Amino acid sequence: MDRIPILKLGQALLVTIQVDMHDQLATALEEDLAARVVSSGARGVLIDISGLEIVDSFIGRMLDNIAAVSRLLDADTVVVGMRPAVAITLVELGLSLAGVRTALNVERGMALLSLSMADWGVGDDEDGD
Amino acid sequence: MATTKTVTDRPAERLEIRSSDDVVRVRQKVRVFAVESGLSLVDQTKIVTAASELARNTLDYGLGGTVDIQLTAAPRRGVRLTFVDQGPGIKDIELALRDGYSSGKGLGLGLSGARRLCNEFSIQSTPGAGTSVTIARWK
Repeated sequence: MDRIPILKLGQALLVTIQVDMHDQLATALEEDLAARVVSSGARGVLIDISGLEIVDSFIGRMLDNIAAVSRLLDADTVVVGMRPAVAITLVELGLSLAGVRTALNVERGMALLSLSMADWGVGDDEDGD
Repeated sequence: MATTKTVTDRPAERLEIRSSDDVVRVRQKVRVFAVESGLSLVDQTKIVTAASELARNTLDYGLGGTVDIQLTAAPRRGVRLTFVDQGPGIKDIELALRDGYSSGKGLGLGLSGARRLCNEFSIQSTPGAGTSVTIARWK
């Protein structure tokens, strides 16, 4: 079966979804990402959905699940690149993805991730005295 | 030699929905029709998303079926889709149309969400005999 590739970028994992995913592919991505977060020790997950022409309730739930599972595994998730028509449609569908952080593009998503990593003191020694 | 402009709806194109790959094919075919009908990008996205929800319902709850995809000329230019299955049917349609109601693994947004995304929505279901859902999005 096909798999969506997962790239490591510093402390983060980057997933770029470029194909119209069938449901099993989306489910496989959820499982692959959880395993990679643990095996790589990544602190952030960046999901680029700029290639997606639609996000239906199944893909919406996949994004929610990835964010929730990653949080349990000590990594923050940011979804980037959502198209305007997709955002409008998702809200009308009734899915606002309240549990998912978003950014306009990969660059801003990385910035958001490094900010939240800094909050947790990753790479910094900020002992209070 | 005068050419008459067609005002009737064109014949529908039928696709089978037997696997999740078929759901992807339905999305892609509906997109082609939506573009051809002249729908705006947002309206194309809405009808394709609604089609994805209903195709998945046909597969997961209706145990497979078909969709007829049609360009409409009247009342307005657009796309009309009819999903038909011979599955177990829906006992309580009012309940099934409620946000958050799900008899299966979904979020319960498929049917209610698809209705919100379209201009036209109708559903007929007979327990034990199957379900038919028709939606349309117009310009």
